[in-house]
Amino acid sequence: MEGQIANPLQRFLSDYVPPQGVPDELLDSDGSVRPAWETFISRLAAMSPERLAIRISHGDRYLRDAGVYFRRYGPSDDATRDWPLSHVPILLSEADWAEISAGLTERADLLEKVVADLYGENRLVAQGHLPASLIAQNAEWLRPLVGVRPRSGHFLHFVAFDIGRGPDGSWWVLGDRTQAPSGAGFALENRIATARVYSDIYATADVARLAGFFREFRDTLMSMREMGESRVGILSPGPMNETYFEHAYIARYLGFTLLEGDDLAVRDGRLMVRTIDGFQPISVIWRRLDASWSDPLELREGSRIGTPGLVRAVRDGNVTMVNALGAGVLESRALMAFLPRLSEVLAGRPLRLPNIATWWCGEAGARAYVRENVEWMTLADAFSTGLSYETGGVTPPGTGFADWLERKGGGLVGQEKVRLSTAPALINGRLKPRPMSLRIFLARTGDRWIVMPGGFARIGHSAESNVLAMREGGRAADVWVPGDPGQQAESLVSPPRGTIVRTPRGALPSRAADNLFWLGRYVERSEYLVRLLRAYHARLAESESPGGPLLRLAAAHLKGFKCDPAQPVPVQLVNAIRAAHLSAGHVSDRFSVDGALALADLDRTAAEFADKVTPGDDAARAMSVLLRKLNGFTGLVHDNMYRFTGWRFLSLGRALERATNMAACLAAFTDPAAAAGSLDMAVEIGDSVMTHHRRYSVATTRETVFDLLGLDALNPRSVLSQFNDIERHLAHLPGAGEHRPTTPLARALLRARTDLALQTPETLDAAFLTRLIDEIADMSDQLTLAYLG
Amino acid sequence: MLYDIRMSIAYDYPGAASSARHLLRLLPAELPTVQRVIAREARVTPTPVEWLEAKDFFGNATIEVSLDQPHAESLFEVSARVERTAPGGLLDVSPRLADLPREIDLYPTVAPRSPHHFLGASPRITLHPEMTAYAHEPADSSETVLDLVQRLGDRIHDDFDFDPEATEVDTPALTAFERRHGVCQDFTHVMISCLRGLGIPAGYVSGFLRTVPPKGQARLEGADAMHAWVCAWCGHETGWVEYDPTNALQVRQDHIVIAYGRDYGDVAPVKGMMRLAGEHSTTQKVDVIPLE
Repeated sequence: MEGQIANPLQRFLSDYVPPQGVPDELLDSDGSVRPAWETFISRLAAMSPERLAIRISHGDRYLRDAGVYFRRYGPSDDATRDWPLSHVPILLSEADWAEISAGLTERADLLEKVVADLYGENRLVAQGHLPASLIAQNAEWLRPLVGVRPRSGHFLHFVAFDIGRGPDGSWWVLGDRTQAPSGAGFALENRIATARVYSDIYATADVARLAGFFREFRDTLMSMREMGESRVGILSPGPMNETYFEHAYIARYLGFTLLEGDDLAVRDGRLMVRTIDGFQPISVIWRRLDASWSDPLELREGSRIGTPGLVRAVRDGNVTMVNALGAGVLESRALMAFLPRLSEVLAGRPLRLPNIATWWCGEAGARAYVRENVEWMTLADAFSTGLSYETGGVTPPGTGFADWLERKGGGLVGQEKVRLSTAPALINGRLKPRPMSLRIFLARTGDRWIVMPGGFARIGHSAESNVLAMREGGRAADVWVPGDPGQQAESLVSPPRGTIVRTPRGALPSRAADNLFWLGRYVERSEYLVRLLRAYHARLAESESPGGPLLRLAAAHLKGFKCDPAQPVPVQLVNAIRAAHLSAGHVSDRFSVDGALALADLDRTAAEFADKVTPGDDAARAMSVLLRKLNGFTGLVHDNMYRFTGWRFLSLGRALERATNMAACLAAFTDPAAAAGSLDMAVEIGDSVMTHHRRYSVATTRETVFDLLGLDALNPRSVLSQFNDIERHLAHLPGAGEHRPTTPLARALLRARTDLALQTPETLDAAFLTRLIDEIADMSDQLTLAYLG
Repeated sequence: MLYDIRMSIAYDYPGAASSARHLLRLLPAELPTVQRVIAREARVTPTPVEWLEAKDFFGNATIEVSLDQPHAESLFEVSARVERTAPGGLLDVSPRLADLPREIDLYPTVAPRSPHHFLGASPRITLHPEMTAYAHEPADSSETVLDLVQRLGDRIHDDFDFDPEATEVDTPALTAFERRHGVCQDFTHVMISCLRGLGIPAGYVSGFLRTVPPKGQARLEGADAMHAWVCAWCGHETGWVEYDPTNALQVRQDHIVIAYGRDYGDVAPVKGMMRLAGEHSTTQKVDVIPLE
């Protein structure tokens, strides 16, 4: 009893038994805690399990609230997953960190020299240091870029390395990431969540902060723009990409514009962003899209996510790609067999950090070696750019191995089987050793590389396995590196000192405007359908038979929206909500996380309801739930969203949709021959029951309903009120001002608004309303032509 | 032989294409000692707002054009006068197949004509054991690589039917191989796959064929449209040899070269995606008239 109290650390580590044969990050070979971990681990040990559990839940809640996810693809499931944070950070000693930083900086310089040669003079091949076939048959060696010098003078600007600690205790490079490395944004999120879990420990520990690294890199990219350009772009493959969250996150964090290939066009050799104010030039792109997909004209033909002419703009020296198109050739696994030699040739010294031993089977000597030693190697595709423990593995045939190897030759590499060091992970509240690798990020600022003081650790899911991939159940952890004692807490959001500078904003990209516009429309359409369905099912529940005239009228109106009245939650409603959610997914960099989560929740709820809700009362109640959730979302948007131009497109979408639906509602329910109760139904769908009661103090008549839902500018549900809103928003869009009355859009609005304003409750009829709906559709078309095309 | 060449490719779009950017490889090539261009000109309708002439990695002449007006059809036309000379008669000094890898290794270069580009897979060529096995039969009965190229080409010509209806521009070589049907593009892709499967560097040549045959000879297949054939690297001494599997003949002076590449993807005459356009239809016309 006394012993336990005297030594909580021993008790805490009682289950922690690292496997033989590999080093452990926490314990040295005698089983004593390494100095870098001492403070952290004793404070962790001093925490009660209950308290630790609560703190861990704080970190997890942060990640959920921030909407951190990764997308996973599978044959049967393709879904977003919660972020798998391993809650124990990896602590590195100062000596380890110095060695890693120096070694990787040298490696980044070496890789720059190699890639410059491969797209330049090609002396490495000519002098026999690299086999010609390894380059000529490499799908990432992009012929259209051969001979093209990068605008910035450099090919590499942002690189990452996967490293691990081998059995002898030294660090090894497992993979070079030069194409479009991911993980830097996730490293930031891991840091924020981990710092929450250990808020008190983190505050007093000398842990280097990450924000300075990002600020320097951001400033570097900004300084590479041409005069007068407002933005730096992040080019993403789009929301279906595994790491789209990170693209949007980094864009938001650094104030860059999130772009997809379709946002860009090339005009006279210059890269342009399509905006609501026409084409605007852009010259710095942080590329998260693999190069071969980036231009269907000169690279992969079938790509639908690229920009025709992009290579032309690069060749003309008008755009800096981070990293240069073609830099992915350095990721080829077979290149690792030659890098030790290339270091001697190009830098005059051996690699400071060795890479994992690799034999390219295109050479007879190496092939013979692989043949004799295959039992402690993994075989892989020579051109694979995946990491050896993730993808590209090749299984040799059971018999005839030697012949097979001879035949495959240069298509294969043998690599030493990786045995990685272990590091602590919390498994069910107990500390257990798990294999670990680190991803370390380097950014170029001018001629210098800066190293992100931290990184992204991958933790294997079982003690034996070296499978670290998250899709295989691996986890991610924060990396703590000793910082300067007494460092200032810094963050990107607070400027270093002095005056606040408002970032000038470039015009909104058309695609973003388009998505926001449709988000507004779909949300409003969903709300209208929900109100209509609620009114329908409430009356159905009041035991009026489905054959009654009012229900028949409402059913016909539902069918006008392609909704099947027999379905309590019609497919069209589920689709409209899904479409809103998808549109929001395309603009998640411009959108609050709360808003995105609200839509995700709405989407999920609608799908659930569709499976189980029954007609009548149950459906009416389900609609009330959906309505509350919709109102929650629109409340967020209209109370909280900054009045950027994007918000105006969202509001325009809503106003146009509401005007159409309200006009259709009036046309359906105010016919003089319509069933009894139809006027009340219209007022209910128009959410104006209370107003009607207060304003007219009589029962509904055709005139009062037309007045309230059509012509009353003070009723935010009326058609006229939508036209007024539209006019107000248009005044803030590009092209507004003295010439505005002459634009087709302004004319369309003026025509519809005047037509409506000239009506009286007596003259309004179904024929007029039908014409009005056409005029509103025309407005929507003109808006699309003017700003969204 | 002097030729006058006229060619047009027309695209029809069901809906108007709003704007387009194209990369064209349509002009006859200037090839020292075998092909001399006396005049060549390309026209594009509607009139492009950008026009950039350049050379691609393999040295082929390219034209990049940008059309910014909505259009329901576009037209690409070429007219040229070209003098074509037959390459000298070949004395077969090519190596045995087994010795070819050693000769390839004598070329530590990734310069455009290096044999290394033309081995292994490329965007439209994958190596299939079936095709490699098909190529082994002529390989086993051939003394030299050059002999092998001809025997393999003859075999393909004998086994395959020329059939413009059988395939599309995107038909994979394996499909054409299995069906034993196709057009010049399929014959060429199949032969390239077979050759590379044996380790012989092989590439794709696009070009024209004379439309009017010499007196007393039959009209060649594929003369009404752009044509394609194979180039194969037959060792250090012999170098590149061109062979037309659709017509089972060595390329002499009836063929006019436009472009060289690893496969069709490198030399496609008109590239470029349409924004907002659906399926389109294509009409091609070619006239290659000898002047003497």
